[in-house]
Amino acid sequence: MLKSLHIDPAKCTGCLQCEMACSYEHHGVFNPSKSRIKVFNFEAEGRKVPYTCTQCAEAWCMNACPVDAIRLDAGTGAKVVHEDICVGCKVCTIACPFGTINYEQDSGKVQKCDLCGDNPACASACPTGAITYIDANWTGLDKMRQWAAKANTPAAAA
Amino acid sequence: MGWARKILRVNLTEGTCTPEPLNMQWADEYLGSRGLASKYLVSEIDPKVDPLSPENKMIMATGPLTGTMASTGGRYTVVTKGPLTGAIACSNSGGFFGAEMKFAGWDMIIFEGKSPKPVYLFVENDRAELRDASGLWGKSCWETEETIKHQHQDPQIRVSSIGRAGENQVLFACVVNDLHRAAGRSGVGAVMGSKNLKAVALRGTQGVGGIKDFKGFMAATTAAKKVLADNAVTGQGLPKYGTQVLMNVINEIGSLPTRNHKDVQFEDAAKISAEAMHEKRASDGKSQLVTNAACFGCTIACGRISEIDKGHFTVVNKPEYWGASGGLEYEAAWALGAANGVGDLEALQYANLLCNEDGMDPISFGATIGAVMELYEMGVLTKEQIGIDAPFGSAEALARLTEMTARGEGFGVEIGQGSKRLCEKYGHPELSMTVKGQEFPAYDARGIQGMGLTYATSNRGACHLRSYTVASEVLGIPVKTDPLVTEGKPELVKAFQDATAVFDSAGICVFTSFAWTLADVQPQVQAACDGDWSMDKLNLVGERIWNMERQFNTAAGFTRKDDDLPPRLKTEPAQTGPAKGLVSGIDKMIPEYYQVRGWTPEGVPTEETVARLGL
Ligand code: SF4
Ligand code: SF4
Repeated sequence: MLKSLHIDPAKCTGCLQCEMACSYEHHGVFNPSKSRIKVFNFEAEGRKVPYTCTQCAEAWCMNACPVDAIRLDAGTGAKVVHEDICVGCKVCTIACPFGTINYEQDSGKVQKCDLCGDNPACASACPTGAITYIDANWTGLDKMRQWAAKANTPAAAA
Repeated sequence: MGWARKILRVNLTEGTCTPEPLNMQWADEYLGSRGLASKYLVSEIDPKVDPLSPENKMIMATGPLTGTMASTGGRYTVVTKGPLTGAIACSNSGGFFGAEMKFAGWDMIIFEGKSPKPVYLFVENDRAELRDASGLWGKSCWETEETIKHQHQDPQIRVSSIGRAGENQVLFACVVNDLHRAAGRSGVGAVMGSKNLKAVALRGTQGVGGIKDFKGFMAATTAAKKVLADNAVTGQGLPKYGTQVLMNVINEIGSLPTRNHKDVQFEDAAKISAEAMHEKRASDGKSQLVTNAACFGCTIACGRISEIDKGHFTVVNKPEYWGASGGLEYEAAWALGAANGVGDLEALQYANLLCNEDGMDPISFGATIGAVMELYEMGVLTKEQIGIDAPFGSAEALARLTEMTARGEGFGVEIGQGSKRLCEKYGHPELSMTVKGQEFPAYDARGIQGMGLTYATSNRGACHLRSYTVASEVLGIPVKTDPLVTEGKPELVKAFQDATAVFDSAGICVFTSFAWTLADVQPQVQAACDGDWSMDKLNLVGERIWNMERQFNTAAGFTRKDDDLPPRLKTEPAQTGPAKGLVSGIDKMIPEYYQVRGWTPEGVPTEETVARLGL
């Protein structure tokens, strides 16, 4: 069963545990500026919104890469940057409509979410359940349940 | 290793920024943040120095857990000699600024001297430089942060700054970071203003690495986070209600100081409580509270984000205050509200916004208004002098006096001197509800006896964050003690004081101590930091820090008579509630406390104690 990251911004408190977990997983250091998931703070609206790659099925970045450095991990569905192949041309960063693949100065390569080989560190670290890693076919299940609960049907007779 | 092992020394007189290695011997003895920065301070300044002179220094410091995945590991402290008190000051703040300092590769920044003209410090990793701030002088903290981010074209910069209160050297001015987090108490913002230092702007992309035992650290921090999540206060109460969860509780036990401590219960407490912040307003159908928010790395998230009622008299035609922003914490709601008898939640939020905007400690400010209102009701101060009718309960007076104090207008200048100087000036020093010149926070010393001792002996003047015995006396954490008796309180206060010094020095939030004891902190420090960090050592470090602060204050001229409470709390019994008829038993507790501490009857650490602690 394919899983995907599911983000519920309403639950996010902006603690950045996810950013630290991501940077440690990939770079061995607590460093939000190296995180592949970013939490945005819309101060005047009181909203925090975590945002990262959604692993498009027809991934723009993957299609744009001239050296075939971004490849599908068939096990997880993640589009994974192969650093040994990436030449740092950044074409993918132009191609991606969402901005979730970015150049990383220190390595001279690009980086993006790779789902941590099926165990995303951000989801494990999130204390509020704002990030979960769930059945890719049913990311809407929770919302459906909430609406279903509002459906105005009489309770079964006791 | 926890520490970045590097400090930045900024000489404002010379305009120089010089890196230095961190003194690792001191790190091993004082851990970090509060303890370590205080060690630097006491080693580098004359205790008798005028706090607002160039000879005073100001240190911004992180701890070894700051910038890590330890829950609440985002704190930093501002350490200096405080102008409100003349005692050592250490004000602690959350938000994101502290972690950014660490990510830029610095444990602390020491500011010395005084700049000839307004400047701000800009740090980008290893690069540090002072920049002209003449265009920022006169601006609020909010405008300053926005302008700096705009000028550098970098929204990811983190900023700590002073507003107009700090510039004007209001004696309870604070240093505000991330718009609504503040190193709040003792007037550290006035020291920054006296140095012509408007702001510190940081951008760090190096991160924190080199944790001594990474696997052990992740295990320890994960286990500790679970303790927070499973605890009723840190897992449910604080995220849902914030510290404001306390308003009704403390009122009920008759320890909510009301109208300059004339009363211990406030008839309108419910109207300014956490529950009221959740309720839908009649005017616009919205609740004041929008959501909760976390500081860096915090899995509790007690922070309040609120939206004021746009139609309220304080903000009509002022759209700059209509957006979501920092909301009322318990201390602010009490000081702006109960302390002066104001039960208008929207007016409190307005005053709170102004305190954040221009950098004022709402506790000392609100408590000073309480004294002004009492002087007004006695006829000592008149409408002509103050500029507005100021009886207890007047939301109009609160709003207007906040504007005047924040902006340095009219009578606001006198309010900006704090209640001690103000009450002395008008011939009623006994009406100033302060210890060592600093105003009380939100717990009455008659109904919670341990807090009386906490206030009297706090090294930075009256303060609840030096030994929060409310946890034990009211909430039963870690064990329930009777709030109405003095027995056992000296030992309790000492234990809380020493443990709190460790929490503060590690770089974590003291609110974790609703759920954590030192035993939960120890494995995290042990895994992060070089060296051996046993429980025994941490206990010793906490006690060492406390005694070091005390020695500084003694050398600054404080004596036994400064460890005391205002006469009102010793002679005017509580009128209502469970503490009815009680006064503070401070005179009984002090000699016992000195004994427990290993101090002379005059309150000075004995030679034996000094030697035992390696001071
Ligand atoms: S860890 Fe969760 S709550 Fe914290 S910032 Fe990330 S998404 Fe938000
Ligand atoms: S408990 Fe509150 S003050 Fe402490 S770190 Fe968390 S959000 Fe900040």
